Amino acid sequence: MKKVLSVFLALLVALCAFSVTAMADDADAYAIDEEYYAKFKGQNLKLYVYNWGEYIADGADGSRDVIAWFEELTGIDVEYTTFDTNEGLYSKLQSGSAYYDVIIPSDYMVSRLAQQGMLEKLNFDNIPNFARYVDESFRNPDYDEAQEYSVPYTWGTVGIIYNTKYIESVDSWSALWEEEYKGKILMFDNSRDAFAIALKYLGYSLNTEDAEEITEAAELLKQQKPLVQAYVMDQIFDKMVEENAWIAPYYAGDYLTMAEDNEALAFAFPKEGTNSFVDAMCVPKGCVNREAAELFINFMCEPAVSAENCGMIGYSTPISAAKTMMDEEMTSNEIAYPSAALLENTEMFVNLSDETNRQLDILWISVSVGSLTSGFWVVVSVSAVLILTYSVYHMTVKKKRAAMRAAKDV
Amino acid sequence: MIRLNAKWTSYPYIVWMLLFTILPLLLVVYFAFTDSSGAFTLDNVKQSALYIPTLVNSIYLAALATLFCLVLAYPFAFIMSRLSFSRQKMMSMLIMLPMWMNFLLRTYAWQAILEDNGVINTLLTAIGLPPATLINTSGAVVLGMVYNYIPFMILPLYSIMTKIDKSILEASSDLGAGFFATFRRVVLPLSLPGIVSGVTMVFVPAVSTFVISGMLGGSGNYLIGDLIEVQFLGNSYDLNAGSATSLLLMVVVLITMAIFSRFETEDSEEALV
Repeated sequence: MKKVLSVFLALLVALCAFSVTAMADDADAYAIDEEYYAKFKGQNLKLYVYNWGEYIADGADGSRDVIAWFEELTGIDVEYTTFDTNEGLYSKLQSGSAYYDVIIPSDYMVSRLAQQGMLEKLNFDNIPNFARYVDESFRNPDYDEAQEYSVPYTWGTVGIIYNTKYIESVDSWSALWEEEYKGKILMFDNSRDAFAIALKYLGYSLNTEDAEEITEAAELLKQQKPLVQAYVMDQIFDKMVEENAWIAPYYAGDYLTMAEDNEALAFAFPKEGTNSFVDAMCVPKGCVNREAAELFINFMCEPAVSAENCGMIGYSTPISAAKTMMDEEMTSNEIAYPSAALLENTEMFVNLSDETNRQLDILWISVSVGSLTSGFWVVVSVSAVLILTYSVYHMTVKKKRAAMRAAKDV
Repeated sequence: MIRLNAKWTSYPYIVWMLLFTILPLLLVVYFAFTDSSGAFTLDNVKQSALYIPTLVNSIYLAALATLFCLVLAYPFAFIMSRLSFSRQKMMSMLIMLPMWMNFLLRTYAWQAILEDNGVINTLLTAIGLPPATLINTSGAVVLGMVYNYIPFMILPLYSIMTKIDKSILEASSDLGAGFFATFRRVVLPLSLPGIVSGVTMVFVPAVSTFVISGMLGGSGNYLIGDLIEVQFLGNSYDLNAGSATSLLLMVVVLITMAIFSRFETEDSEEALV
């Protein structure tokens, strides 16, 4: 018995040693130039970073806290805050009430911010890791064709998450309109993502500016509404894992996180095509520590850092070198890293005209508002009764008082 | 010596009111009547008229929640005001306790309780009963409102009821008034100011809520607060439309409150006569 144990232990030690050397090899090839990062040491700089919630390796689940890592390496103090939606980020920047050095919006928001002159041009000499590591396919993207304003952070796709206990298989957006799943369907709680699904289902581009196509999509969403349990964003995690809902469209990276908690969940790329997105690091206009901001962006492009981030959050890295440092299980996953053929069938958001954005919002509200509810007639009739009794009461009181006064006068 | 009624003591309050109440209100009015370029327009206001059904639905649910709060809180506050001092302290502590936790978290907890596979339904199925549809109904929204806002009903009622002296109640029963007569002719008129402020403090936040309906109401309970949120944080960052809807909501709330306070003055007049 002891022998078996010692053999086992020896094996374990050997295995550990092997993996350590293997990791050391990778780390050597992509070593971090500590001297480069030390250039602001001792200056007590402060850097304000604004990122999506739950979108960085923060030390949880055995990951390494990359912000602390950066602070240690550079001596720069990072003030890290988070947002929920691109639109929330946009209105925060518009209102001018907050200051940030680095922000991480999605593709279409990058182009909107750039078009409106709300971003600083980046100096890529300070971001050598962009040329060194970022994959060719992520350079000069549609949302930043001249490659002036942004450096990709992560990317991913939208697909359908469903529970195999209740639903056999899914291959089309039509599953979200299935009568059978009434009350068990979840839907995006933001207009852009919701319309993208309806538009793709109809076979249109998700960037269409054609008012009629958009109206048609709105009609489809109205048809879907009675079947939908709720319009949600991150609440999807609980609802899908606890099996309160069976089917929902969401981001592939988040599916991987959910699947860890419920093995019955599956993911499908709809055959009509879907949305793929890139979240990219930018520097907003008015940033005073541009070089430090660029240093931060450069750091996020270190393969070791990107591997930590993507390993934890489940979204995909635009840096192939990082994949060598990640779990094999993750990098070979078709959902996190879909094949080129699948990606062919995806479309990225671009910024729409103000007019189309307004139309989307108004139609989205009309989808959400729905039709008159019974409450409407209850309120109307109750208030009518109240007003009536009040005026009758008022009149009788007046008469009484007049009578009393008359009695007094006499 | 400092005279406490000196005018200057109110300056901080006046400055505060100007900066954080009057100015934002003026901004809302300004945005409601202008377009994105700043020119005068009535379009926003006309458009917000389309959302009257949603507004009415919000008023309906908020009014229901206020009614439930009043019915639950009134006897509770009365009983509480009759307890010994140390017990009263403990009770008001217990009422405040949930408010130390974040509002979002508390609503989130209700979601976990009411879900199709939530706590209640798990219990129901465990004892062999059929599961009930609890979440994503307007009832769940009203429940969420009642739960979150009931302290705002209890506290003003309680503080006014502690002022009703025991001797007044004794005098009333000495003069031969029964339980109901004492309640109707003594306790109710004396506690009316508490009812008015409690109703205001519950109704106003309830009618403009958006978190509760989003979490507990599902797809069918869209309230005016949700709508304003979408107008501000949607794709188009439409401050003007959002302000117009906010203005509509404010006007309706003000009218409701004005009607309500008329009832109060009429009644107190009558009590004096």
